[in-house]
Amino acid sequence: MARFVTRRIVSMLFVMFAVSVLTFLIFNVIPNGDPAVRMAGKQPTEEQIEEIREEWSFDKSIPEQYVVTMEKLFTGDMISYFTQLDVVDEIIKGIPRTLSLAIGAALIWMAFGVGLGLFTAMRAGKISDTLLTVLALIGISMPVFWVGALMNHYLGFELGIFPNGGYVEFSESPVDWAYHLILPWTALSILFIGVYSRVLRSNVLDTINEDYVRTARAKGLSERRVLFKHVLRNSLIPVVTLWGLDFAVVIGGGAILTETVFGLQGVGQYAADAIGQLDVPPILAVTMFGAFFVVFVNAIVDIGYAALDPRIRLESDSASA
Amino acid sequence: MSDGAPLLSVEDLRVHFQTEDGVVKAVDGVSFEVRRGEVLAIVGESGCGKSVTAMSLMGLTRGPNAEITGRATLGGTDLVAAKESELRKVRGNEIAMIFQDPMSSLNPVHRVGAQIVEQIQAHDDISDSDAKARAIELLKSVGIPGAEERANSYPHEFSGGMRQRAMIAMGLSVEPDLLIADEPTTALDVTIQAQIMRLLRKLNEDRGLATILITHDLGVVAQVADRILVMYAGEIVETGTLEQIFYDPQHPYTWGLLGSVMRLDRERSDRLAQIKGQPPSLASLPEGCKFRPRCPHAFGKCTQHPELEARAGDGPHLDRCWLDAERKRSARTMKSGEIGLEAA
Repeated sequence: MARFVTRRIVSMLFVMFAVSVLTFLIFNVIPNGDPAVRMAGKQPTEEQIEEIREEWSFDKSIPEQYVVTMEKLFTGDMISYFTQLDVVDEIIKGIPRTLSLAIGAALIWMAFGVGLGLFTAMRAGKISDTLLTVLALIGISMPVFWVGALMNHYLGFELGIFPNGGYVEFSESPVDWAYHLILPWTALSILFIGVYSRVLRSNVLDTINEDYVRTARAKGLSERRVLFKHVLRNSLIPVVTLWGLDFAVVIGGGAILTETVFGLQGVGQYAADAIGQLDVPPILAVTMFGAFFVVFVNAIVDIGYAALDPRIRLESDSASA
Repeated sequence: MSDGAPLLSVEDLRVHFQTEDGVVKAVDGVSFEVRRGEVLAIVGESGCGKSVTAMSLMGLTRGPNAEITGRATLGGTDLVAAKESELRKVRGNEIAMIFQDPMSSLNPVHRVGAQIVEQIQAHDDISDSDAKARAIELLKSVGIPGAEERANSYPHEFSGGMRQRAMIAMGLSVEPDLLIADEPTTALDVTIQAQIMRLLRKLNEDRGLATILITHDLGVVAQVADRILVMYAGEIVETGTLEQIFYDPQHPYTWGLLGSVMRLDRERSDRLAQIKGQPPSLASLPEGCKFRPRCPHAFGKCTQHPELEARAGDGPHLDRCWLDAERKRSARTMKSGEIGLEAA
């Protein structure tokens, strides 16, 4: 395990470094005015601007600027060019909201995606399969901001069945928390359910022709047992990888549209606002936060992978065996 | 050897598949019997219908495109007419099947022991620990060393021969009456092949099983079979005892198969004999004798379809070739004195 963890930490550091450099460079290339002037606020004196420029090394070379910015990020001194608020604090404020969205939606889309995928695979070629396939493709094709806006308007505003956006802390009222999240969960899940059911369907149809499935049938097992113990277990392996990645992306602020449409004020919405204002520090911080989760959840997925498929062993196991 | 009533009797089994290219007649009117304690070998090239015959007995070829007719009676049950739920009780319980490729026939994500336990518990209502103990016993009986620990291994931790042994253990776990071994040694090393064949023969004798051995390798057949069915293009072209098929083969296709076996007890010829051409497409079979297009001895009468009859005159030896016995004897003898298709 030690080797696995070390390797993963090294690769995580590398990914985060690369992501930070790229993000930093991209937002330095985009013309966005003198950051020192923007940070100094309204009607600043020349001295104030000069002071800020000095502090952030805006007058120095880009590598020097990068080093200073990263220093600030890790010492917690990183503030927004625009609101002057501490970037790390703002992200931490958004985490519970984003996490609530991600966990609920990921469970929903995995459950429905697998269920639907299995159902359509079992009925491959029949009318119900064709109809559900079309439905899945519609789900994949509908943009989240559009579905979300429709839901918000009709179910929230017109009918008033659901609250019109907003967020309630879980600790305050778990019922209200879930009630406020039902629409965002649904809107975010629709696309993923479509994708996952398609992927699982084709995996199941591949697996069902495997020799060991024939063996399972030849043993006289019930069709149900063949399906769940022999087909599904093997078909799930690639889906789990997808799931880990998508989940990480949503946690890392990737559900920008969903968060914005429903006004969740999570990490994603924070990123969206920052991008709108070309506010480099929050963009940089959220990007690195996201990269961290993608690498981190990937490592967890690899561990889960080894549990699902014994042929994949994390290095330490093969070393000790 | 065999005696008494047949355990399995197959009558006029036909398995046709509807495909885009037309009706594929994978098995076209096959009849045979197997008795307890007997090893029946079904021999033929790939695609001759031998595996489909076996899988159809277990209901594994059923599907919306398959049309299966005829009768296959096993202990009073007609396997062709049986409902899926009845067949499930037969599968693994009365008939066990061992497949060609032990590498892919065991589920990679479950422990070997657990896969045997699953087989036992599918038919017997016994506790996990009892089933596990039985699985370990079985692994021992097929010669897997350290069976207690090996039961907890995954298939990828087994060698090919070990996996086939595990497959055999699994097949035998519920004491079937009929064991179907579909090319059980094709994927294995030659030395392992001999071990597995000896094991199958021993289990057949010890347990009074009826065994159907499906193979394209007459060398394998010579070691264990009592009787042989030679199949070509979905039909039986010749059937007889091991001695009859090896020493007095009647059908040119059988000559070709025998001629293409490598022999270590004779001087090496330049190259191994082969049967020229390809087996016909099962969707568009030739008129008359199906082997005619590849047969160097074909003559006018071969455009008529020959019945499977006793033409050699001695009892259970049947074949489908129009040539008269005398002509066959000279035509099948090659320059070397061996049997072969081309009388060089």
